[in-house]
Formats: sequence, C-alpha cells, structure tokens
Amino acid sequence: MTATEKWYEKSGEQGDVVISSRIRLARNLKNYPFPHLLSVQQKTEIAMKVKEALEQSNSYIAKEFQFISMSELSAAQTGSLMERHIISPEFANDRKGKYLLLTKDETVSIMINEEDHLRIQVLTEGLSLDKAYETADKIDTLLDNALGFAFHDKLGYLTQCPTNIGTGLRASVMLHLPSLQSSKVVERLKDNLSKIGLTLRGTFGEGTQALGGMYQLSNQVTLGISEETAIENLKSVAMQVIDNERTVRSQFCKRTETQDYIMRCLGTLKYAVLMSNQESMKLLSAVRMGINEKLIEEDIAKVTKLMIILQPYTLIKNAEKELSPTQRDLLRAKILKETLT
Amino acid sequence: MLCELCGKHQATTYSKTIVNGEYTEMYLCSECAKAKGIGINNIFSQTATDFSSFLGSFFGGGLPSRTSATRCKSCGSAFTDIARSGKVGCAECYSNFYEELLPSIQKIHGNIQHRGKVPTGASAEVKRKRDIEKTKRELEQAIKEENFELAVKLRDKIKEMEGGGNHDSN
Ligand SMILES: [Zn+2]
Ligand SMILES: [Zn+2]
Repeated sequence: MTATEKWYEKSGEQGDVVISSRIRLARNLKNYPFPHLLSVQQKTEIAMKVKEALEQSNSYIAKEFQFISMSELSAAQTGSLMERHIISPEFANDRKGKYLLLTKDETVSIMINEEDHLRIQVLTEGLSLDKAYETADKIDTLLDNALGFAFHDKLGYLTQCPTNIGTGLRASVMLHLPSLQSSKVVERLKDNLSKIGLTLRGTFGEGTQALGGMYQLSNQVTLGISEETAIENLKSVAMQVIDNERTVRSQFCKRTETQDYIMRCLGTLKYAVLMSNQESMKLLSAVRMGINEKLIEEDIAKVTKLMIILQPYTLIKNAEKELSPTQRDLLRAKILKETLT
Repeated sequence: MLCELCGKHQATTYSKTIVNGEYTEMYLCSECAKAKGIGINNIFSQTATDFSSFLGSFFGGGLPSRTSATRCKSCGSAFTDIARSGKVGCAECYSNFYEELLPSIQKIHGNIQHRGKVPTGASAEVKRKRDIEKTKRELEQAIKEENFELAVKLRDKIKEMEGGGNHDSN
C-alpha cells in the first residue's frame, strides 16, 4: 500500500453514513469556444496552458499534480479512474484531447476538455463539503488569475450547458443508505428531493439499482444561489437523510432476522470461492451496516475500501494483467478472505 | 446540544430552511421537530419548483424570432445550432443570444441573476455592489433582531461603501 491515503481508505465525519464529499467547479477559458467546437490541437493547447499555470504558481498544491494524457491510458486504467470517482463516465469516452491533472492522494483532480474546458474536483472522506470547497476555491482563484475564466455579470461563470452557469458548482455527498434502500423509502425521497432542487441517484451501477446501497446526493441549481448557501442547503438535507437512515437502521438491526442476514453475508464474504462484483457490493453493504450497529467488529474504512478496489477495472489495474470474468471472481473472493478478519 | 425549542431533550434534527436564499437554522429534538413539521417527510414534500421536469423540455419552447442568419461573432454558432444540440458554442454566445437563452435559464434555475463568487479579475464594481447588497441584508437582519448597536455599525459601513469611488458629493 502507498504512504498517501486515499479518501476511500479513511473514515471521516458522519462516516457511518457519509462515505465522501465532492465539490466540482465547471470553468472555461475566455478565448476559446467550448470543447465540443474545439480541434484536438486546440484542446491540447488549453491543457498545456492549464499545466503551465499550475507549474508557475507558487502554491504548494501545484507540486502535487501529475499530468496525464487520457489517450495514453489503457482501458483498465481509465475504467479504474472512473470507478474511483476521479473522472466522469463521459470523460472516459473518446479520450483524444482529454487530459487529467491529479494529485498523489487523489483528492484533487482537474478534468481538461470534458464538457467544459475545466472541471476542478475535490474529493474528501466523510461529510467535509466546506473543507473540499475551500480547496477547490483556492485552485479556482489560482487558475483564474493565470488563465482568465469566462464570466458574465448577470449569469456568473459560463459553461457549455446552461444547467451549470452561475457558480458552476456541483456539490455532492456519497451516502450509504442500506436501510432506506431496503425499506423502499429511497424512491419517494428521490421525487421529493427533486422538488427542492436536489438529486439523489445510485453511485455504482446503472439504472435504478443502486449497488451496495450507495447514493449520491447533489445540488441542481447553480444560478441565483451562492456557493455557501448551496453547500449549507445540501448539508442540512443530507443531515436529515442521515438521521433517517440511522433511525431506520437501528430499528432494523434489532430484529433477529436482520442480524442473521448480516452475519450470513459476512460468512459468504469470508468463505466463498467465486464472488461477483454485484454480489460483493450487496454483501459488503450489509456488513458495513452490521459494523455500524456493532454487530460485527471490523474497521469500517476497510469495507469502504473493498467496495472501491474490488470493482472490475480497478481489480485488473491492480493485478497489472488481463483477467477473465472468472479470474476476477476468484481474485475478488481471495482478497475478501485475506482482508476480512 | 439541547433542543432550542424545549431546552429539555437532546437535539437530533438540524434544521435549516431556505426561503429565497435566506435561511433560518435550528437544532431540535425529535419531538419538537415533529411538532414543528420539520421532519424529513415534511421538508421533502414542500411544493417547490420541479427542476427535473424542466430539463426534459429544455429549449423545447418556441424559438426566437431572430433569423437563423444571426451568428455568434466569436464561434459562428447560430441560435438554432444551440437549440438543436443543447450546447452553447462559446462564452460570447451568452451575450449574443442573451434574450433567446434567458427563458430557458429562468426555467432551469428559477433565477437569472448570479449571486455567487466573482472572479478577482472581474470588474471590482460587481464585487462592490454585491458587498453592499450583502451588508444591507445583514442590516435588515440586525434591525429585525433589534441589535441596534450592530445596525448602526452596518449602516455606517454601507454609507462608506456607497461613497466609495466618488467623494465629490457633500
Ligand atoms: Zn425539544
Ligand atoms: Zn459563440
């Protein structure tokens, strides 16, 4: 293991429910059209400007960045970046002219030429939106001074899609909501949240199925609301969701049937020989809840880390060789056995 | 922390209700929260603008009367290009097609005036106006709370800020 801990390797504030906090700022340079109208050459030109701006700043954080040309990465490396939430799925597609600046601890990433010229992203463990915003804000100011971001007096920061103009801020928290998921409250919650300008969607997997009971709660509105208010708003709603999850969870876990289910999940994780990603997510979710309710003695951060590193691409990336689906299921089961006590 | 309403029970609900960008904050116990209707279900069933439904009809409304011959001087996009793809061409498009874009922006955000960060590079005037506005809101709040000492201070601060730039008056 490396010396620098990643967000998914440590547990933060409200860590029983909140896995991580993320701040993302959409920014564009003044003198270029938005990326969909740029040639690969122009895209590279922008990337070089951003890289230079960072290097020439005296900020301590500038030295932490690695500059990655996305087109030079393998499919597994790209997929793993996506699984670790460092890049968006859109950024993983058609990688020509796309570049990534990434700090060693994977806390800060800057996607260059995604939908906008820049997507500055800060990812931290637990409920830590203020801290994450503070870092994003600093990097934004630093880059703005060097590059000059597109800004309109009335419309704020300008972005390719009008849904992001204003602050360009998308704040989100990753929540573990196994109880709200199994009691089907989540679906109703989704509808109600959209009415107050927030969205809740599954973190892993596509469609309606939220793998591992993991959800992303984020703001929608970026114009007419300050960064501060948007974050406060999100935090306060998140706290209510968290309280609800905790209440349902503790009632849930008092039942013998639930306790039996959780311990069976742990048993399967420890003794299975073949383990699919979908199954391991489901079982780890139950075990994570069991740890929080003191039914199981285990390090919570370990479980979160397993959820991240046992995903298909990350598994292949770490193994440093191609793996067939069966080989992946074998390896996944082996890692689980070795990790869980 | 104890509940701010009854002062008896442990506060479990942190309530911050936002109305027009202003918020009131309170720590409540579960009973008081329920009594005040600040439970999760209540907050979430508030009738507010439904944003997701607007995204579907994004740009779907009537197209503007300007001819498609009008193109952005900077990137060459016509408004029809933007409406068709849902992608704005460049930053200048927002100025060139401001009137055309505004109805969609209003629909998406329920607002057409930025209230967040202003880049240091942007005109100092925007920032000054914003600061004055913010201080005025603080003043209103201070008066509401009958904190007159603070109110006097804020009033003087606003006077000073508004005088900034032209000292020739008086
Ligand atoms: Zn009370
Ligand atoms: Zn344009």
